Amino acid sequence: MQLTVWTYEGPPHIGAMRVATAMTGLHYILHAPQGDTYADLLFTMIERRGQRPPVTYTTFEARDLGSDTAEIFKRAAVDAVERFQPEAIIVGASCTAELIQDDPGGLARTLGLDVPVIPLELPSYSKKENWGASETFYRLVRGLAQPSLRPKKNGAGRPVCNILGPTALGFRHRDDVREITGLLAHCGIAVNIVAPLGASPSELQFLPVADFNVVLYPEIAEAAARYLEKEFGQPYTRTIPIGVGATEDFVAEVCALAGVPAPDLSDYLSNLPWWSRSVDSNYLTGKRVFVFGDATHAIAAARVAAEELAFTVVGIGTYSREFARPVREAAAAHGVEALITDDYLEVEAAITALQPELILGTQMERHIAKRLGIPCAVISAPVHVQDFPARYAPQMGFEGANVLFDTWVHPLLMGLEEHLLGMFRDDFEFHDEAGASHLGGHAAVPQETAPAALEVGVPTLVWTHDAENELKKIPFFVRGKARRNTEAFARDQMLDTVTLDILYDAKARYGR
Amino acid sequence: MTTLLPRAGAMRPGDLPASVPVLRERGQREVFCGLTSIMWLHRKIQDAFFLIVGSRTCAHLMQSAAGVMIFAEPRFATAIIEERDLAGMADMNEELARTVARLLERRPDIRLLFLVGSCPSEVIKLDLGRAAERLSQVHAPHVRILNFSGSGIETTFTQGEDACLAALVPSLPETLPGAPSLLIAGALADVVEDQFCRLLEQLGIANVSFLPGRKAGEMPAVGPGTRFLLAQPWLKDTARALEDRGAVHLPAPFPLGAEGTTAWLKAAADAWGVSAARFAAVTDMPRARATRSLQRYLPLLSGKSLFCFPDSQIEIPLARFLSREAGMEICEVGTPYLHASHMKPELDLLGADVQLSEGQDVDRQMDRCRAARPDVSVCGMGLANPLEREGLTTKWSIELVFTPIQGYDQAGDLAELIARPLMRKGRLAV
Repeated sequence: MQLTVWTYEGPPHIGAMRVATAMTGLHYILHAPQGDTYADLLFTMIERRGQRPPVTYTTFEARDLGSDTAEIFKRAAVDAVERFQPEAIIVGASCTAELIQDDPGGLARTLGLDVPVIPLELPSYSKKENWGASETFYRLVRGLAQPSLRPKKNGAGRPVCNILGPTALGFRHRDDVREITGLLAHCGIAVNIVAPLGASPSELQFLPVADFNVVLYPEIAEAAARYLEKEFGQPYTRTIPIGVGATEDFVAEVCALAGVPAPDLSDYLSNLPWWSRSVDSNYLTGKRVFVFGDATHAIAAARVAAEELAFTVVGIGTYSREFARPVREAAAAHGVEALITDDYLEVEAAITALQPELILGTQMERHIAKRLGIPCAVISAPVHVQDFPARYAPQMGFEGANVLFDTWVHPLLMGLEEHLLGMFRDDFEFHDEAGASHLGGHAAVPQETAPAALEVGVPTLVWTHDAENELKKIPFFVRGKARRNTEAFARDQMLDTVTLDILYDAKARYGR
Repeated sequence: MTTLLPRAGAMRPGDLPASVPVLRERGQREVFCGLTSIMWLHRKIQDAFFLIVGSRTCAHLMQSAAGVMIFAEPRFATAIIEERDLAGMADMNEELARTVARLLERRPDIRLLFLVGSCPSEVIKLDLGRAAERLSQVHAPHVRILNFSGSGIETTFTQGEDACLAALVPSLPETLPGAPSLLIAGALADVVEDQFCRLLEQLGIANVSFLPGRKAGEMPAVGPGTRFLLAQPWLKDTARALEDRGAVHLPAPFPLGAEGTTAWLKAAADAWGVSAARFAAVTDMPRARATRSLQRYLPLLSGKSLFCFPDSQIEIPLARFLSREAGMEICEVGTPYLHASHMKPELDLLGADVQLSEGQDVDRQMDRCRAARPDVSVCGMGLANPLEREGLTTKWSIELVFTPIQGYDQAGDLAELIARPLMRKGRLAV
């Protein structure tokens, strides 16, 4: 049993729903009790979709158990096919139906439906949402891609690729697809099929026609891409085009796969490099950031933070256990330890201990940031209604890099403001707890924490009155770090008391 | 699957002779399970914690449904059953004891812990009642541990509150012999409780208490001298549990609108023998104020048609209020569950010619709604945007359980909730 306050991922059938909802002409018959329909509101409320997800829930009750739940499934499947006339159906069970073992796949096969039936086995008690999306997409590709349609080789005509991975409820998937499709066109590469988003089952059979696959979200599409590579000899991309450097790498990778010369990108470049080099952005240099999200977005965000904004990555983590290895590698490259966990409380403890100046995380880290009074920007699912903006706001490609710069810098105090707060912190109108003025001037009241003192077995340090007062003169957004550094310094020196001099000795040692 | 059964009237021949048969449907239900009640219960009882024993789906439901609105650390969590629990590699009772211990260590402020059953825990027949008893002994006297089921296979949305309150009833203290007491059952906003207290006091009804209390140690007493009013329409099991303790139900319409609130208070006043003159002296002024507060919304609501999808069971009292006090015309009133005797005072007022439906086959019901083209559809969050996209104006029903709408001084607010989508429709030019 796992004690959970917030979860980063839903159960695997939610992943299947994300695939089904992204597609057209596909229907999902989900053997599930009353109440599992809550999942519809993820799509209709959070993503503001104007249609219900194409899911029929069988809605069995306690009194049906042991009698005719299988019959209920069969009736629901027949009714749904008749009503919605899908090109294909996927069938499966939610966590409760998994326990009653009705075998939806077997039942559906006995019905003689005149549409392809793709059964899903999504173990609810060991797997999660992204795995469910990946498995569903893989099963669909495996079941529908036509072996007779092989890629046309030998460079006849324009090179063609598929874009794999975007789903419903994905973080900026809609805009990423548009941005990357434009970028590929600029490279002279046509897009055959985008899937799952916007594809129908009948279109999936044409996947093998493309020369190669662009995998935008490995958590969802890597399994399918690997299958397509093995079965049809289609190579797939490894670079995730988030940030300027990664987008340039991505262009080089797709051009090599397509056998076309690298295009002139001079008309296409992002504002980010100049924005980061402009003198104003000096105040960003060395800001300590903590990064958490799915593996793809966390790794990409850490690279952008370090190389393209000159931040210092003080922590990186992911809830995607399946992708722990690349995150560990990225963490090693940034000189930090990776945090691989789907336990919200562990993430909270890590952030509290590290006292970063900026959190790049998910909707869950927003809760933590709010409580600790730390600025936060969202870089990864799970996300909230406000992360589905009306405007065009990709994360990927050159325009995506512009979006990253704006979104990550926005929650921070502006440079001059930060300086003035450091100098005159007792001004009654303009003080550090009033918050950033461009954000409406309401800072969250941060919880002052002294995490080191809470650790078992670590002797408590005493702060002299003078030292404590002096600490309070440091603006709150760096106070936690200053306290932490000072105490670490005092412990190094085998001291049990922090005096005014120790505070400044520590400052001399650690810098800003 | 649809069946037409005679309405409650058939159980009492002659009561509702000309009633339209209730449409009873069986199919996909677009409703929450009872766990969702925890969204307001965990705020109402301030030192209680709700530990769902369930699956990742339960945890995901709570944060998707609740995470939309709640940002603070909630007083609920999920003990997620994992594969090794099901495979018998871990003793589930030991796991649960460990989880509860970890939780109580983290939250020493908790005095009352509910172990909440879910679909998976019910299907595998995990005995949470015994677990609660056993763990209560471990953590007594600091923490009391109770259990109820909010599973979707047994409960719909607000029935979770019913199950929770029914679980509390056996442990409520016994009333002292002597003066009768009035107990008001059903979670209400604090401000509404305070308003009702003032009115009842002016009526001369002392000894008023509310179930649930705001704290674990402030739960009401109950006994043969207790009369109780239901403040919410979903308390079937709670009412039965209170009756088992000797309390007597005062049947009444529910306190929505000027009329409903008056009739509801009148049920208590009559039981306490309050004179008509005194009742009028106390209620005339707030009643007139309630009616006044409705006036500004009447031009928007009057003559407009209403279609209620089943959600919380508040649909029938809501339709009664909107038809009788706001002049709306009713197309269909869906309810997840129709309790014939608790709803009788409402149905008497609503009239026999209104189409009621119980249960749901959501695709068919949406077909009926599209055919009726109502001016306002009250529905759950899964349906609201799809209906809006089809050009139908909607009010999402969950707001009706999250907003103070009961009592005289909220009558205008309730009308405003329904009128706002119509106002918006009138304003938007895009």
